[in-house]
Amino acid sequence: MEPSISIKNLALSFGSLDVLKDLNLDVGQGEFLVLLGSSGCGKSTLLNCIAGLLDVTGGQIFIGGRNVTWEEPSKRGIGMVFQSYALYPQMTVAGNLSFGLKNAGLPKAEIEERVNRAAKILQIEPLLARKPAALSGGQRQRAAIGRALVRDADVFLFDEPLSNLDAKLRADLRVEIKQLHQKLSNTMIYVTHDQIEAMTLADRIAIMRGGRILQLDSPNEIYNRPANKYVAEFIGSPTMNFFEGELLESGNSYAFKTGNHTFALNGYAFQNGPPAGGDVWFGIRPEHMVSGAEAENASVRLDGQVDLVEPLGSDTLARVTTGERTIWVRMDGQANIRHGDAIKVGFDPARANLFDKTTENRL
Amino acid sequence: MTKTPHLLKGSMRYDAGPAETGPDRALRHGDVQASAGRTVEGPAGRKPRKALSRRNILIYGTLILVCLYYLLPLYVMIVTSLKGMPEIRLGNIFAPPVEVTFQPWVKAWAEACTGLNCDGLSRGFFNSVKILIPSVILSIAIASVNGYALANWRFKGSETFFTILIVGAFIPYQVMIYPIVIMLREVGLYGSLTGLVIVHTIFGMPILTLLFRNYFASVPQELFKAARVDGAGFWAIYFQIMVPMSLPIFVVAMILQVTGIWNDFLFGVIYTKPDLYPMTVQLNNIVNSTQGVKEYNVNMAATILTGLVPLTIYFISGKLFVRGIAAGAVKG
Repeated sequence: MEPSISIKNLALSFGSLDVLKDLNLDVGQGEFLVLLGSSGCGKSTLLNCIAGLLDVTGGQIFIGGRNVTWEEPSKRGIGMVFQSYALYPQMTVAGNLSFGLKNAGLPKAEIEERVNRAAKILQIEPLLARKPAALSGGQRQRAAIGRALVRDADVFLFDEPLSNLDAKLRADLRVEIKQLHQKLSNTMIYVTHDQIEAMTLADRIAIMRGGRILQLDSPNEIYNRPANKYVAEFIGSPTMNFFEGELLESGNSYAFKTGNHTFALNGYAFQNGPPAGGDVWFGIRPEHMVSGAEAENASVRLDGQVDLVEPLGSDTLARVTTGERTIWVRMDGQANIRHGDAIKVGFDPARANLFDKTTENRL
Repeated sequence: MTKTPHLLKGSMRYDAGPAETGPDRALRHGDVQASAGRTVEGPAGRKPRKALSRRNILIYGTLILVCLYYLLPLYVMIVTSLKGMPEIRLGNIFAPPVEVTFQPWVKAWAEACTGLNCDGLSRGFFNSVKILIPSVILSIAIASVNGYALANWRFKGSETFFTILIVGAFIPYQVMIYPIVIMLREVGLYGSLTGLVIVHTIFGMPILTLLFRNYFASVPQELFKAARVDGAGFWAIYFQIMVPMSLPIFVVAMILQVTGIWNDFLFGVIYTKPDLYPMTVQLNNIVNSTQGVKEYNVNMAATILTGLVPLTIYFISGKLFVRGIAAGAVKG
């Protein structure tokens, strides 16, 4: 099937500053793609290019098979939702929803029908006669989504739509956006810096850094098999534990040596076949660390001392010092530990991540 | 009733001691809840403030003094304008009028002579209105579109254009007076009200453009982007999105222009001819006429009449000025 959005060799620079460099991306029909990255990585810029709000320096953009590189934003068949809602303050919600349709010269009856349908989907019917100033943050964002919805666009673009909301509302609206996608099955591109939003919403996540896409994969793949150290660090909270060390090769078996410790890497699946030995980063997620009785049976065991405890209710995070290293361990929420306790932790090297020291790519 | 927990001694004690047993802990929580409803000795609730503190006396005293300082001349003007000449000659300028007369006002408006014509300030008033209204409308209309284009539709060279415009604001008027006289003469507008309107529009442009550009630049960019996605073009965004949410800045611009143009003397005297002189020029001619006795009461009345227009504008638009129209556009 033809991709819904296709970006070919896209480049954008402001003067001498290259924001996007030779970027290629295909988004499938009905796919929910999340652009994830820290601020300044070019994710919002990319979205603005797709929307036509920024003129590209090079490359092409296709939406629905049509070359829209030079098209006006309104002619691209997109609906867009902004972080600050960007509702027109002097118009009512109904006015906001119908503004684009009026500009497109649609007949009155159809405008009304579309506005009512969108309002029904988003449950903002009682708010239609109100002005944005009289709405709460969540209601405003719903109205803003409604404005994108009435356009009957094939592609929805979201520019950090939930970042201005408080945590509870953000979780609620996140669910609503996911339901909306399941109901409409439009193509959606969603920019965020929040990894939870990315993991929960996306069919595929594109992790960006410095104007490039580092990894484009399903949330599951990105979490379990990050393509490089940056991605591994970016996804997951608390962040992955890293040890610097050396990969030792002997015949068909591998071992990892860090300081005085050496342990066998039984069950680790190498990305590109068995590598040669060398300097590597060894990463293991806090949630893949085990403690207490389970640690006794783990293939790699460490003795340490708890030096900080963060109880979260559902989980407890503990910072454990072993030797000169600190490791974050996620354990059960009811775990009875306090700082100063001696603790035994362990892990299964099959769940670890190895990255080359120089290229920082996954081994 | 206050429930500030930190005022309750001991209720927030942090215990870092070794493991506590369950019941012990529960007991202590019980204590906290029991004591949370009571107010303990010491400061509580709203902090009291004295109405007649030394600070207040200083602040209000100064304010009253400054008010008197500013209001005194106005008082003298009003009082004098209501007196007859014999009473003024007595010399008590602060004394209220013994016999109130409105004759000086009538004379200032309709009878005072300047040069050949003796129809008072009224002619100048209507001239000023004929200058003011088109100048204000024209300059604000052009400057707001300028500012909007410069803030939202960055075109090649827009920064340069803006810089040139701003530099123009710093060139002294005196330098430009004569060249403009020549230019107006060449196009045949010298000595007409149209010419003066054009001059006022041009001279208002730098500051007004700056004003509008800065205001439109502070309007969230996303609003502009949303309008573009919604298919609105240059004029649709200007009229339907930007103008409706810019009432405060239009009011500010209007106040600036009305006072500036109404109070203008220099351009009025240079670019028009005697029967088209604006009110300010005519006021000067009445007050500074060298023949006959100086009629202080008429002069005072004429001056107040001339100042009335800017004064009215301030009173009417003060409220609009403060109202925030853009509220609710962004997170608030």
